[in-house]
Amino acid sequence: MKTLVLLKMVPDVVEELEVAGDGASLSRDFLRLIINERDENALEQALILKERHQGTVTVVAPDAPEVDDVLYTALARGADRVVKVTGLEEGVGSAEATVTVAAALSSVAGLLPVDLILTGCQAIDDLDGLVGPLVAHQLGLPYVGIVTGLDVHPGGMGRCLREYPGGVRGSFELDLPAVVGIQGAEKPPRYVPIAKVRAAMTSGTIETVAGSPPGALPLRVVEMKKPEVAERAEMIAGGLDDIASRVCEILAGRGLL
Amino acid sequence: MPGAVWVIAEQWRGGLSEVTYELLALGRQIADDRGAALEAVLLGSGVVGLAESLGLADRVLYADSPAFAEPVGEVGSRALAALATERKPTVVLVPITNVSWDLVGLLPARLGVPLVNFCMDVAAVGDGLEARCLVFGGKMEVRAVPESEPVVIGVLPGARRADAGRSTKRPEVEPVAAPAPETCGVRLLGYEEPEAGDIDITQQEVLVSVGRGLQGQANLDLAEELAELLGGAVSASRPAVDMGWLPMTRQVGKSGMLVKPKLYIALGISGAPEHVEGMKDAALIVAVNTDPGAPIFNVAHYGVAEDLLEFVPVLIDKVKEHKS
Ligand SMILES: Cc1cc2nc3c(=O)[nH]c(=O)nc-3n(C[C@H](O)[C@H](O)[C@H](O)COP(=O)(O)OP(=O)(O)OC[C@H]3O[C@@H](n4cnc5c(N)ncnc54)[C@H](O)[C@@H]3O)c2cc1C
Ligand SMILES: Nc1ncnc2c1ncn2[C@@H]1O[C@H](COP(=O)(O)O)[C@@H](O)[C@H]1O
Repeated sequence: MKTLVLLKMVPDVVEELEVAGDGASLSRDFLRLIINERDENALEQALILKERHQGTVTVVAPDAPEVDDVLYTALARGADRVVKVTGLEEGVGSAEATVTVAAALSSVAGLLPVDLILTGCQAIDDLDGLVGPLVAHQLGLPYVGIVTGLDVHPGGMGRCLREYPGGVRGSFELDLPAVVGIQGAEKPPRYVPIAKVRAAMTSGTIETVAGSPPGALPLRVVEMKKPEVAERAEMIAGGLDDIASRVCEILAGRGLL
Repeated sequence: MPGAVWVIAEQWRGGLSEVTYELLALGRQIADDRGAALEAVLLGSGVVGLAESLGLADRVLYADSPAFAEPVGEVGSRALAALATERKPTVVLVPITNVSWDLVGLLPARLGVPLVNFCMDVAAVGDGLEARCLVFGGKMEVRAVPESEPVVIGVLPGARRADAGRSTKRPEVEPVAAPAPETCGVRLLGYEEPEAGDIDITQQEVLVSVGRGLQGQANLDLAEELAELLGGAVSASRPAVDMGWLPMTRQVGKSGMLVKPKLYIALGISGAPEHVEGMKDAALIVAVNTDPGAPIFNVAHYGVAEDLLEFVPVLIDKVKEHKS
């Protein structure tokens, strides 16, 4: 079993986000990047499959601040090989990065073919996105997204569960190789002690490959701003006691108390 | 006359999704502004009746085949790409739902055209289009312009009111032959229903909903106590379910349930579009979140920017006081 995991760094949205001077992108001052949550699930699912069926897990990510830590952590968790694609404009939120990484896959020696390519089913930072379908199409492989459980059966057949609305899940059979967009892994991402990550930092290697960004982009962002809404919540301020009293008043006023 | 505006009608389990009508209302406006025709495209099995309900479109193209009975992205994207190559629409609106999700990515990939995703609105501007999209979990909004057409546009639920997309008019209905692939590498074997027997959150008048901000299952008691006092139940965002604090039947949102209670109290929920979609129509929404910039405050009626672990106990006491 050879599995490839595509991951990327995205802004931590729990932090304050500010618009840059150009009015059309995120300010990079104080921007904290973290691994896209669903990509972490994709990595976990790949590692679970490796434990179950042997094989290797390779991680590919575009260069970005903090990505080295994430890649060494991936090694510490059990990935066999980590590859960083350089030469992309900061690697965050750009359509460029998406297209380039898809194209770079075939230029990394010994990367393809694989049995499975796992991506997150969505990254929170871009508009064109859906790298999974793009890569699948480029490589002529089938794609299923929003997957929450995945296994491989004898004879090289994949089985997965895909989310539908209302808590319903569709059970799919997949011909391998295939590209799967992961929503959740079978288990929450495993914890690795920091000592193991440090060990990976000294003994592990991050391979690098130069990506060549495409020229014209299909999409132009003309403005970025905090969402404008018709009516924002009325914020209730004061001491906790006062706020709680006010909430009770509001509920009582609506006959809810 | 410019090429048609297409709305991909979403059919699941024998019916049309509400979002189909929302997209028709949006598509109607774009088509009228550009002087283009609005066409709805429906794939399914035994769907003539459904096709006729799409009266806001000038024309409904429907492909009827057992191969299209279930929405499978690999199947639908092939059929629609073939049809689009033949008919040459300029704008293709696809709903971003768990049913159509795979299609949103696969269709532009097959057609080799740009995708503008996570749109909450699209307008005709000059000869082109401008989209307003939500990114970063709803924390930012961007205006984006596709540089070329045809273009596929992924539209978030809620872009228009579904009512605005319904019409009693009978549209022109045209059966079309769309190729149904013999093999496409994926086969849907069947559906698994969520485990039954738990509370039905869609029937509750009061929901106290918990998100990742609850920080641990140990704190669930707080939400349970508040819900009980208010005569309701506890629901949750996705992470709270993924972490095993509550069963799937309690999840509100895109993959979970659509709820419309009289009161929805959101505790430690950021307000990502996939969550908001499931609760935005609640009559009264009160949100508690330490981050005053959290997108949940864009949909809530009242907001409390406090630590829920400190605030909820105080609220519980006040509610008790009030009741006695
Ligand atoms: C295809 C797809 C389907 C999805 N379906 C769903 C769905 O059905 N339902 C759903 O909910 N999500 C769904 N999601 C996930 C969604 O995108 C978000 O990731 C999710 O809603 C975030 O949940 P959250 O708000 O609990 O967590 P977070 O986004 O992590 O937010 C936690 C919030 O808690 C606040 N907080 C932290 N500590 C405290 C404290 N002590 N007191 C008060 N506030 C605190 C933080 O400020 C933050 O705003 C889906 C995603 C995809 C891609
Ligand atoms: N530039 C990139 N490099 C590597 N993987 C990526 C990149 N962009 C997206 N991905 C992967 O594709 C998934 C979907 O991202 P997106 O298409 O941007 O919504 C992400 O969760 C990643 O797994």
